[in-house]
Amino acid sequence: MDFNDSPAEAAFRAQAQAWLAAHAPAHVLPVGIKMADTEEAARGRAWMRELHDGGWAGLTFPKALGGRGLSGIEAVIFAEEEARYNLPKGPFTSIGTGMALPVIARHGTDEQRERFIAPTLKGDVTWCQLFSEPAAGSDLAALRTRAVQADDGSGDWIVNGQKVWSSWAHLTDWGILVVRTDPTVPKHKGLTFFVVDMSTPGIETRPIRQISGMSEFNETFLTDVRIPDANRLGAVGEGWACCMTVLMGERLGSGAHRSGVEPLLALAGRTPDGDGGTMADDCAVRLALADALAEEQGERFFQARLRTMVSKGENPGALAGMIKLAYAGRQQRALGLGMELRGLDAIAADPADTATSELQYDYIYSTVMRIAGGADEVLRNQIAERVLGMPGEVRMDKNVPFEQLR
Amino acid sequence: MDFDLSDEQKMLAEQARGLLAERTPFDRLRQLIDAGAEWDEPLWREIASMGFTGAAIPEDFGGLGMTELDLGVIQQELGRVNASVPFFSSIVLAADAIRLAGTETQKAEWLPQLASGDVIACFASAEGPGPMLGQGVALVGGKLNGTKQPVADAGIASLAVVQVGDGLALIRLDQPGVTRTRLDSFDQLRAHYRIDFNDAVAEPLPGGGVLPTLFDRAAVQAAFEAVGGAEACLQMGVAYTMERQMFGRPLAGYQAIKHKLADVAVAIELARSNAYFAGWAAQASPHDLPGAAAAARLTAIKAFELAARENLQVHGGIGYTFEANCHFYYRRERMLAVIVGNRGFWAGRLLDAHSATVDTCSQSQGKAA
Repeated sequence: MDFNDSPAEAAFRAQAQAWLAAHAPAHVLPVGIKMADTEEAARGRAWMRELHDGGWAGLTFPKALGGRGLSGIEAVIFAEEEARYNLPKGPFTSIGTGMALPVIARHGTDEQRERFIAPTLKGDVTWCQLFSEPAAGSDLAALRTRAVQADDGSGDWIVNGQKVWSSWAHLTDWGILVVRTDPTVPKHKGLTFFVVDMSTPGIETRPIRQISGMSEFNETFLTDVRIPDANRLGAVGEGWACCMTVLMGERLGSGAHRSGVEPLLALAGRTPDGDGGTMADDCAVRLALADALAEEQGERFFQARLRTMVSKGENPGALAGMIKLAYAGRQQRALGLGMELRGLDAIAADPADTATSELQYDYIYSTVMRIAGGADEVLRNQIAERVLGMPGEVRMDKNVPFEQLR
Repeated sequence: MDFDLSDEQKMLAEQARGLLAERTPFDRLRQLIDAGAEWDEPLWREIASMGFTGAAIPEDFGGLGMTELDLGVIQQELGRVNASVPFFSSIVLAADAIRLAGTETQKAEWLPQLASGDVIACFASAEGPGPMLGQGVALVGGKLNGTKQPVADAGIASLAVVQVGDGLALIRLDQPGVTRTRLDSFDQLRAHYRIDFNDAVAEPLPGGGVLPTLFDRAAVQAAFEAVGGAEACLQMGVAYTMERQMFGRPLAGYQAIKHKLADVAVAIELARSNAYFAGWAAQASPHDLPGAAAAARLTAIKAFELAARENLQVHGGIGYTFEANCHFYYRRERMLAVIVGNRGFWAGRLLDAHSATVDTCSQSQGKAA
């Protein structure tokens, strides 16, 4: 066991550091300034272009497809170094690189690869994900958006339905879309996967007013949207396999987290306890914060174990979900505690107290982490079934044609 | 980075696991409890003959000179089977105390005998309820007076390392000034004693200021032992619920059970990850040890308590019987939760270890203060 970089890893890290030191500062986002989302997305594209021109795009992507063909561990090292700068990274670019590219590479035709991969790596094409629906979240295969082939002989598909939680759909160029093409077969078997140009007539994107006051998620309505058959990925009825490719990328991607607990310790140290000391001396606070800190360290070292697995060519599988499950719940509890230790001031603080307003926002946002990218309950099922070998859930809809389900 | 046990360490774990599974099945534990035994002496002899007792003791003093991580691997396996041996007392605490604070003469005299398992030492720190401050005993002019209780494994030990204030003393137990009284032990597989010292002949272990390091290093080993115990509980819980039919299907198929055991699995992996880092740091990065040991200790207590409680819970009524095996872990877990400092003690150690970084933090957050 050695927690430090191997010589090869250290050399790669040094290369990454040197390149980032020369190119990242010009792209760093100003702290504390709220930026229009169009501006943020534009800066995201510019950083993608910089990465591409510097040879740092698609690190783990095969060379033949325009990537660097490096190992997972090198991608992790680059991501760690990149995270030292506050760069314009977010769903507006990562859905393309983390979800659209893997599915196109694996299930697309040569022509589709040619058309999408290079432009996506350059930041010229950005992507959104049109998967979830109001009645299909964790049970994604229950989705109802329908596609039927036009009867005009064009081979085009006509799509009608509604998608939800489509981050940045209003600002991206293309979407990855899964729809139902055959309701007469069981739910997983009647799905087909498409890429769709977001400027196609009939697509209407409306921002969702979130509990945080922000609107980075959307609902997307599709009304008689015409998609050429050339934009179908994989065979008709094989959409679920494509979804699996995408969701696998989502799970492995949810690894890097910013520190949550140390700022709370500092906050406790700046909060008077009414007894001449600070809340950092309060026994209950100390016990709870130490617990959270110990768990956070455990998550970090667990991540290191998974990195080691990846570097040895092993697939962590459902183990990766454990970190997300631990992190999301711990973060919500710790942030809630952070508010409590401030007292009533946590509810309405002096406008200059940006630490408290960040705490409030983070506490609201911590709910997202427990739901998105595999809800707590879904992850617990996966851990029980795939890691512990316990039985799968009872499925009432198994082998029942979709149209016969309630 | 290579953040995994080495192949040799994995083999060591398998070797230990194989031996222990064969020699200390649950029926053996029941037998020991029914007989009021202090320990499993034949098992101790075997552990010693395998070299486990000397694993982390330097080669110059009759040991194998292996690392803290290797010792952790062994501790984890001892925890998995709830072994009734004085390994923690004699090896993890007493031998390490002598190694850290003893003179060359003391080390040369005692470490080889502890490494071989021929001599057993106990570690006397607690003085009744409350923290372990060592204020209830005094060593003056080579004479030790006072009382220590409870002390694990004192009945079978011939030597004791005694915490006296911030320092340590070494004392032979087979002398007139020492009275040992067996207490009723909550952990039925680890005998505990009250020891009264009355002008007993003792000598200081002169190395000063080693207690925090000794406790940090012992905390790492306690974490490994807890991880082993927690894993055994989880496996037992999964196996039982897979077998047990309820309302026409296996109990393991219900989400209430699946989710509970999934949470146990997550708690164990966090604890194991912290224990790995702390074991590595104890050897390779001592300045990281205090924070790493405390984090390992806290997450290991949490994992084992959750695993021991929920294992008994998913067994239902049968879990409350002596014939079922849940109780061994349910009792051992509480013992491990309070050995070498409780949760509050380690919470303090962890926050202290982070105070430097916290200061940096408050600066970076600027005016908000």
